[in-house]
Amino acid sequence: MIGITHFGGYLPRLRLQRKAIAAAHSWMNPGAGAGAKGERSMANWDEDAVTMAVEAARDCLTGQDRTGIDAAYLGSTTLPFSDRQCAGIMAAALGLPDMIASADITSSQRAGTSALIQALAAVKSGDVRQALIAASDSRRTKAASQQEMQFGDGAAAFVLGSENVLARYLGGASLSVDFVDHFRGEGEDFDYNWEERWIRDEGYSKIVPRAIRAALTKVGLTGADIHHFILPCVFGGLAGSIAKICGIPAEAVADNLSSVCGDTGAAHAMVMLAHVLETAKPGARILVAGFGQGCDVLIFEATEAMARRPANGGISGSLKTGRPETNYMKYLVFRGLVTWEKGMRAEKDNKTALTTLYRKREMILGLIGGKCTKCGTAQFPSARICVNPNCNAVDSQEPYPFADQPASILSWSADFLTFSMDPPQHYGMVTFDGGGRFLADFTDCEAGQVESGMRVRMVFRIKDFDEKRGFRKYFWKAVPLPAPTP
Amino acid sequence: MPSGIKDKVAILGMGCAKFGERWDSGPDELMVEAYLEAMQDAGIEPSQLDAAWFSTHIDEIGTGKGGTPLSIALRLPNIGVTRVENFCASGSEAFRGAVYAVAAGACDIALAVGVEKLKDTGYGGLPTGAPGTLLPQWGANGSAPGNFAQLASAYRAKHGASKEDLKRAIAHVSIKSHANGAKNPKAHLQKPITEEQVMNAPMIAEPLGLFDCCGVSDGAAAAIVTTPEIAKAMGKKDLVTVKALQLSVSNGLESAHNSWDGSYFHTTRIAARKAYAEAGIHNPRQDVSMIEVHDCFSITELVTMEDLFISPEGGAIRDVMDGFYDADGKVPCQIDGGLKCFGHPIGASGLRMLYEMYLQLQGRAGARQLAAPKIGMTHNLGGSPNTNVCSVAIIGAQGA
Repeated sequence: MIGITHFGGYLPRLRLQRKAIAAAHSWMNPGAGAGAKGERSMANWDEDAVTMAVEAARDCLTGQDRTGIDAAYLGSTTLPFSDRQCAGIMAAALGLPDMIASADITSSQRAGTSALIQALAAVKSGDVRQALIAASDSRRTKAASQQEMQFGDGAAAFVLGSENVLARYLGGASLSVDFVDHFRGEGEDFDYNWEERWIRDEGYSKIVPRAIRAALTKVGLTGADIHHFILPCVFGGLAGSIAKICGIPAEAVADNLSSVCGDTGAAHAMVMLAHVLETAKPGARILVAGFGQGCDVLIFEATEAMARRPANGGISGSLKTGRPETNYMKYLVFRGLVTWEKGMRAEKDNKTALTTLYRKREMILGLIGGKCTKCGTAQFPSARICVNPNCNAVDSQEPYPFADQPASILSWSADFLTFSMDPPQHYGMVTFDGGGRFLADFTDCEAGQVESGMRVRMVFRIKDFDEKRGFRKYFWKAVPLPAPTP
Repeated sequence: MPSGIKDKVAILGMGCAKFGERWDSGPDELMVEAYLEAMQDAGIEPSQLDAAWFSTHIDEIGTGKGGTPLSIALRLPNIGVTRVENFCASGSEAFRGAVYAVAAGACDIALAVGVEKLKDTGYGGLPTGAPGTLLPQWGANGSAPGNFAQLASAYRAKHGASKEDLKRAIAHVSIKSHANGAKNPKAHLQKPITEEQVMNAPMIAEPLGLFDCCGVSDGAAAAIVTTPEIAKAMGKKDLVTVKALQLSVSNGLESAHNSWDGSYFHTTRIAARKAYAEAGIHNPRQDVSMIEVHDCFSITELVTMEDLFISPEGGAIRDVMDGFYDADGKVPCQIDGGLKCFGHPIGASGLRMLYEMYLQLQGRAGARQLAAPKIGMTHNLGGSPNTNVCSVAIIGAQGA
């Protein structure tokens, strides 16, 4: 039996209120407010498809040994590099072994489901024992476009394998047809969209049922056997109509999270799958369809192992920790949709020495420090001479990962002087309970809420953009956590 | 145990340019301004200089690297010029080099000049950018005020001080320095301020507001040193001699080892202890007449009062509020206005501090002259609370 052995997801904490979007555009489009309900997830300025994939994967791998993973796939249409493998960045951030297969799967809204299919094939073949697959998207949209309202940012991740399978893969089908409902040309920032009615009637309504029928036939099921039907689609009610066409019960249609998150692009089928799996009962059959120049369909069946799966945050956890954002201008700034005065301090050259990055890749991407084998002092960064003044042993340190170590704030400030995409810039000395510390940038924090002693969680984020060369630096930041309610 | 520097070197002359936004001057003109005053004070000719130490911090603007900028600006007679740089404590390093050269007997007379031309950046504050190729990939995106503001949150957490009490105490630090700076014609900022102004000023890096931050100034300062014997032979009276010169440099403990609590300067405590031992001072609260400390930010000055062992640990707020460090207090601090008001041209600041102590010890400090000070101490810090260099120098009347 092969299938999903772990799953998790991540939605950025900010939730842009659709009413705020509508209010900004009401002067030119008085009707904009009519459909403006709920909220959409909104990546922080320092989040992209890679960082969200890392967070989803960390959630997926909560408490799990990572050393057995031997393949990593990342599906997305918004990867920050056209030629630098982003699955590799993700793997490095997760501290996965380097003897793994890895690939980015992109260029279609099916990128997530296609990555899943490829990973399942690799596991099925026996070449790969455990494959990590993440799907993540953060699509830029033009101001005042419908997509701005409909889209969201997010990611989901799964481990596929053959032991302790939570959702058995029954089979699936893929259909490829060059139906161009929208496209994003090379070097273009935004999608170009064709008429909705045509997309709905000639696209979804004809292409998706063909793929679903093929998949059902292949695994020997009918629509009536499906308990959860997952089809990301921004057209209200369309998933229900397609379910009806395919004989899938109306109650099986999964919530597409449009009111609380929006459509997360190539990630969305996976985000919905991760969300559905959270509550799927053993025996439940789940059909996932991903639409985009054709359609991928995968059918899973939840197993008894569901009852024993370790707790993680999941998509539900992300949904619970959202923070309403009512400032549309902030959205424009974060997404680079407006030219704003950054001040001269923003002019500093953010060139990255790639030699240094490679030499220190475990430190920078993996947040790996050192632990002295003589005195036990954990330290970041690792160094040839131990920092403990009572030790100073030479070449005594072994690699020590800090990313998941509990930590708290020793000192902090909220800085209005330094250039920040989200002023004031919060940063401070973060001390790890098990030893070690460093002066870290904070992110996702609320001005006025930060104080010494607060607990923090480390997250992988964009550190800086090198706009001159199209590069971006990644490093780890601390997210101050609200005190647990007693 | 080395015998130390005490009374081995005397200050022959000092000079200091007018600090401030010197739109009229580049680094060359500023250096000449300080140098000419020092040479006149010393009463020597350039040919009598054996060597020079030149401090400047920022390469991107200002003079650039090397010893040539000083030699060319001053038209020195092809003597050795060593450029030194140690963050904001660079000026103290130039002084240390010159003093050590004289103490070693390698030079009879040595010159130290520090300069910084900051007001060519196009914006307020210091130039930005992390050094090297690794730090920009992981170092926190901070500024000087944000880095020093870290002290405040850690100090509050350690001593249980309220936000309001600490804010009011650091406000008093700045109010006192402005009151002093108002009496200093060479100071960058010469206007007194009120508590209301400080408390309501725009926030720069919480809890530091505009008036908690020192001026970003252009300036230069110079010292000429020799042996007490040569100075006496030249007919100098009321000699001011060097009592102690100490430098302590972070080794990564504060930034990477959890034994440091973030509320104080590890290096300052070490440098202060060594300086007191070198100068033979046993009770600094009693024996030090006046101090010039590195008040880059008001919170820095406040915690430094404890790190120099003048205020008891946790007692700086009370001493500051009691006026202990005011011009009429027991140990006047920043009597020239400090970095806060005299200004902070980085490479010059350490020498500027010594300039004021020297003037005070010679009774030449004009409207701000203290009554018969015997021992003056300077504290010149560079870097940030978790990674820094700290220089402590003590000078005094010969025989004091």
